[in-house]
Amino acid sequence: MYSFEPSEEQAMLIDAVKRFATNDLKPVAHDADEEKELSFDLIEKGWELGVLQASIPEEYGGFGEHSAVTGVLAGEELAYGDLAGAMAVMAPGSYVLPLLLGGTEEQKKALLAPVIEAEWKPYVAAFIESRFDFYPGEMDTTAKPNGDSYILNGEKVMVPFADKAEAFLVFANLDGKTQAFIVPPNAEGIIVGDREGLLGIQALPTYRLKINEVKVPKDARVGVEDGFNPELVIASSNVAVAAMAIGVARAAYEYARDYAKERVAFGGPIAQKQSIAFMLAEMAMEIEAHRLLVWEAAWKLDEGKEDAPHAAFIALSGVSEMTMMVTDRAVQILGGYGYIREYPAELWMRNGRGIPTFPGLAFV
Amino acid sequence: MISFEMPKPIVNLTSMTKMVAENMMRPVSRYFDDHEHEIPWDYINFMHDASQQLGGAMVTEEPKEKKEEEPEKKKYPPIGYQRLAHMAEMLSWGDTGLYLCSPVGLLGAAAVSATGTPEQKKRFLSRFQGDKPVFDGMAMTEPHAGSEMPSMTRTTAVLDGKEWVLNGEKIFVTAGHKALVDSEGFIVVWATIDPKAGRAGVRPFVVEAGTPGCTVTKLEHKLGIRASDTASVVLQDCRIPFENILGSAEIEEKTEKGFKGAMATFDVSRPLVAASALGIARATLEFLKEKLVEAVVSLRSGLPRSRMTNLEREVTDMEVMLRSAWLLVLKACWMMDNRKPNNLEASMAKVKAGDVVVKITQRAVELLGPLGYSKEILVEKWFRDAKINDLYEGTGQINRLIVARRILDYSRHELS
Repeated sequence: MYSFEPSEEQAMLIDAVKRFATNDLKPVAHDADEEKELSFDLIEKGWELGVLQASIPEEYGGFGEHSAVTGVLAGEELAYGDLAGAMAVMAPGSYVLPLLLGGTEEQKKALLAPVIEAEWKPYVAAFIESRFDFYPGEMDTTAKPNGDSYILNGEKVMVPFADKAEAFLVFANLDGKTQAFIVPPNAEGIIVGDREGLLGIQALPTYRLKINEVKVPKDARVGVEDGFNPELVIASSNVAVAAMAIGVARAAYEYARDYAKERVAFGGPIAQKQSIAFMLAEMAMEIEAHRLLVWEAAWKLDEGKEDAPHAAFIALSGVSEMTMMVTDRAVQILGGYGYIREYPAELWMRNGRGIPTFPGLAFV
Repeated sequence: MISFEMPKPIVNLTSMTKMVAENMMRPVSRYFDDHEHEIPWDYINFMHDASQQLGGAMVTEEPKEKKEEEPEKKKYPPIGYQRLAHMAEMLSWGDTGLYLCSPVGLLGAAAVSATGTPEQKKRFLSRFQGDKPVFDGMAMTEPHAGSEMPSMTRTTAVLDGKEWVLNGEKIFVTAGHKALVDSEGFIVVWATIDPKAGRAGVRPFVVEAGTPGCTVTKLEHKLGIRASDTASVVLQDCRIPFENILGSAEIEEKTEKGFKGAMATFDVSRPLVAASALGIARATLEFLKEKLVEAVVSLRSGLPRSRMTNLEREVTDMEVMLRSAWLLVLKACWMMDNRKPNNLEASMAKVKAGDVVVKITQRAVELLGPLGYSKEILVEKWFRDAKINDLYEGTGQINRLIVARRILDYSRHELS
């Protein structure tokens, strides 16, 4: 049966997330971006909502079951508040979820609870690499088997909280297949670079990470001998980022809509001009259409459908363009004010442009 | 619980419909495009028989559906409009011009089904289960006004005893000739019962085939959907029974209740028109992909845009457009089935589907080069058929206006 209605449980969680996003994340988004910092208390408050915890079964320290659909519902709401804040709160998910999806029973039992049961701690993925045509399916960072260990080599960028990470999940190319390895922050050969400057999500502290002949034991590989299917893990991230993009677009759209009803030009609100009203109509329509695309991809992941990775790719692909269109139009509708940093639209536009680049920063 | 699982009854139905599309529609698609106004009786008779076997008209009739369903299916939520959308999509995938000739109850029947009383539904819809094929149509547009209908209507309905007397001219009545001349069908005519009341006075009326004073005066020659007739209908002292008014005969100027009730028709019809549009879009995209694969062009999934070929980008964009539009249609129909107000979603689906089918077919003709431009294959036809979807059942612009009013909470006076 088709249904477009979240379950009661999901609705309750989403409601709580929405309140946090609206009351806590949104009001500080501007200052956090300017100051390039998010307070620990804010992140911890978001963490305590239990979005990630609810996605982890009890035997691994959580209190729910894994659902990509719930993940995308929550991701949209969080990012509606602020994208950098959403990524900060959910950062441990980039460590926990690939482990949950691809880890062995032993790994899950040993590694998940310490993250899930504790207060928010920066367990993070090192995923993205600095090249114009970066492709998660073919990474430059390598993992080479070496007796009973692996040797990792490469360089990562946009690694959040790398300076105080509890552990890294380093994604690397193992015989042409993307796999992930648990690396302690003090491992020999791990060098955390300077804090990065990015076009957007400036409140999220990200770093370059040099991985120089880093030796990890065989069981540091997620899934150990068999590893995991990288397609599904990449799909999980594509869908997570796409969901957050919907939240960014929605925030920009709603602000522009309300502004257009207030702003008067030539004797009436600009929203009463078709040139503005039609832009808003298309923004609303494209957000809704792409939200459904994201939901369907998440549902396919949950159901284990064969075409889930393709659906996730299609969702991210569409959402990337939609978010750019919507956030650009929000700036346009605000006119000159759209360009002024005191107003929120330009931040959404900067964040919106990053969507196709962000996979690796969030998972569902 | 959010789910995208196609319901079992729809799975079965679409696989049957696909066979019809492949065997009864595609082979004659070109012929009926070349022979405008020739009636595709083979297809019509086949669909009529098939529709009888499937238990009558495709229009949803709640009481009947329940009876047919097996006991364990009773707990299923209603899926009538979702089913119709899938069928419209698949038949249009076969041939949208022929689909519009389906004797199963389309727009006129949708109006009756959305706004009629149980008695009216029985009276007007049971004919689709009769011995002979029957057609229906919707008569809304007039020569002087399209999108500004119905408030600009010059067609009048005057009560005379127990009859309404209709006068006026309607154009662009899809399947009007088939409904009024070639079968014992009907059209739904929008007319005012009080010209001074503005749109509050406008109501739909059922005018049956053979009613004196109702004449088909012209058949249009069109860019596409040539298998489907587009008729002009003149109503001259056309008398119909009082009971043929759909909805209330009372005029409530302030609330416009009667009028708004009648407009619910479009919440049903727009998603279905959108579904039909997307059938053409899917046919085109599938064909394009087949041709590319035949030519050993690789279509890889999952790459960043900087690693994709231009053709991969084009195809990816088309897949995004098609799927996201289709999900809007499904949601609008699901809302209809679950009795949730879907006016916004219905118009969104219509806007998006109209955009998408036009873009996909236009790009496909270009990408296929001389092949795409040639009548040897059907893509050029789909390109022509596609455009109607951005025009009929409300142009893309009027539907944008409806979406905009909804999201901005503006009346038609505040935003026009």
